[in-house]
Amino acid sequence: MMATTLAQKIICRAAGRDAITPGEVVTARVDLAMLHDSGGPRRVEPILKDLGVGLWDKNKVVLISDHFVPGDTDEGAHILELTRQWAKERKVAFHDGEGICHVVLPERGHLKPGMFVVGGDSHSPTGGAFGTYMFGVGATEMAGVLATGEIWIKMPDTILIEWQNQLCEGVTAKDMMLALCGKLGMDGGQYQAVEYTGDAITALSMQERMTLSNMAAELGAQAGLIAPDETTAAYLESVGSSAPDWQGLRTDPGAELLAHHVFDAAKLAPQVAAPHSPANAAAVTDISDTPVDVAYIGACTGAKYIDLKRAANILRNRKIARRIELMVAPASRKDQDRATSEGIMKVFEDAGAQILPNACGICAGYGTSRLGEDVTCISSTARNFKGRMGAASSKVWLGSPLTVAASAIAGRIVDPRDFLRAEECVS
Amino acid sequence: MSGRVFLFGDNIDTDVLAPGQYMKGGIKMIAAHCLETVRPDFAGSVRSGDVLVGGRNFGMGSSREQAAEALKHLGLSAVIAKSFAGIFYRNAINLGLPVLIAHDLDAVADDDTADLDLDAGTLRLVDRDKTIKLEPLPDNLKRMLADGGLVPHLKKRFTAERERETGL
Repeated sequence: MMATTLAQKIICRAAGRDAITPGEVVTARVDLAMLHDSGGPRRVEPILKDLGVGLWDKNKVVLISDHFVPGDTDEGAHILELTRQWAKERKVAFHDGEGICHVVLPERGHLKPGMFVVGGDSHSPTGGAFGTYMFGVGATEMAGVLATGEIWIKMPDTILIEWQNQLCEGVTAKDMMLALCGKLGMDGGQYQAVEYTGDAITALSMQERMTLSNMAAELGAQAGLIAPDETTAAYLESVGSSAPDWQGLRTDPGAELLAHHVFDAAKLAPQVAAPHSPANAAAVTDISDTPVDVAYIGACTGAKYIDLKRAANILRNRKIARRIELMVAPASRKDQDRATSEGIMKVFEDAGAQILPNACGICAGYGTSRLGEDVTCISSTARNFKGRMGAASSKVWLGSPLTVAASAIAGRIVDPRDFLRAEECVS
Repeated sequence: MSGRVFLFGDNIDTDVLAPGQYMKGGIKMIAAHCLETVRPDFAGSVRSGDVLVGGRNFGMGSSREQAAEALKHLGLSAVIAKSFAGIFYRNAINLGLPVLIAHDLDAVADDDTADLDLDAGTLRLVDRDKTIKLEPLPDNLKRMLADGGLVPHLKKRFTAERERETGL
């Protein structure tokens, strides 16, 4: 048997073919289609009507509201209403106000290793953390999938990104990704499949792995894969799903790769990315005292349970600087509930944070919560493009949830390792 | 077809093409603010048949297809760039907006007059007497673009399938 990549194994199965060479264009059957309120019903339904067809399989469609939640504009509220109506009419699985799609989808047990999945959002590579080939598409393409159950795909090459050794205390998956954006650039992924491997990856929890796969989007990759292992299987079991036959789902030794990058996790310092690109990454120790006005812990990238827990470890029994606004938008209700039960949300409140709904919030900038003129923000999100989170004059720095928490206390961008405590060091 | 060139640099993102705060609105509203963050007069200056020339990784970021739709709505005949972000590229073809790769774009200047010939795969800079070769589209995308995008392409396919089924 020829040595093949994880991406090849999944796509060959979805396309019903024994072997496909990278670069060949094939048609593949989709196992699941995920839509959200922005690119979802309001965009796809008129196309389905125009085509005169219904859903190819309503049991393979999941709809999640997140971009316009909480519906704080008239138009946003109308789009949410239309979304709810469509879920009823089309009888699809619907998660309404439960959190950001990329976090809700796996936590509700919709993903399994080996699946071939499309999502109507660019951070859909998040699903790759589960050994799922998942990628983002626009609304017209999604309508095509809903109508036919098929999509064309050019068999990707694989770029293997290996992280050897272990991350140091206070350094996270987010720091790995900012470092990669800086080293490889915003198109370093070449719209191919990125696959993360190595001891540092194996050691990560599922939610940390999701951050790696999520930001494959910022590398310009189509997918960000991690081969399933015991950690994956245990997570899936915990959410009432299962991982059948995951053992074979890996890139064979000797499989042809486009590139193989090797990095030392032990040498990585916390990273921050300067405005207006994630590729403007540097070690936080190289950034001189930048004062901030707003600290934002939010998004699928940076406000999952694990992100909240680690940020709270920094903030416990501490207060944010006087003129700082700290906002926390937990990525899902389930994650927020767990954080509440463990006293984590209380830490944020006691520190002086404002808690926002379980939604895309300021990261997408679709609602009324946006950064004002000339505001400087440190954010746990994935993108700091000019004007994305608010006024064109606002400046967004990206960092890990720990760096955001530490910077909220200091009132300027600081190294979170100076704020670590015993419990963070042993976790 | 002859038009004016609007020249942009590398990594033009979808947040400047289709700003988040206007995403709740229709394409007319979004298009009116297309690229204003980096070039305030853009939407007001584009005329039908003009050409946008970008650098590397054009359209990076979000999957929002309004980024491509806004450019089409404003009347641009094509986007030509050194490379495109994957989702934007697919979206543009799906919506019937030609997106073409050209590696040698260094001779192009903003406000040049250009003749675009999609059939020949060339962009001629009229004032400079220079012709730039455009990379041919893959066959499947050439067919989709010729049909006018994914929706008309699917309609054609469904009609053909129905005709086969009914034996017409």
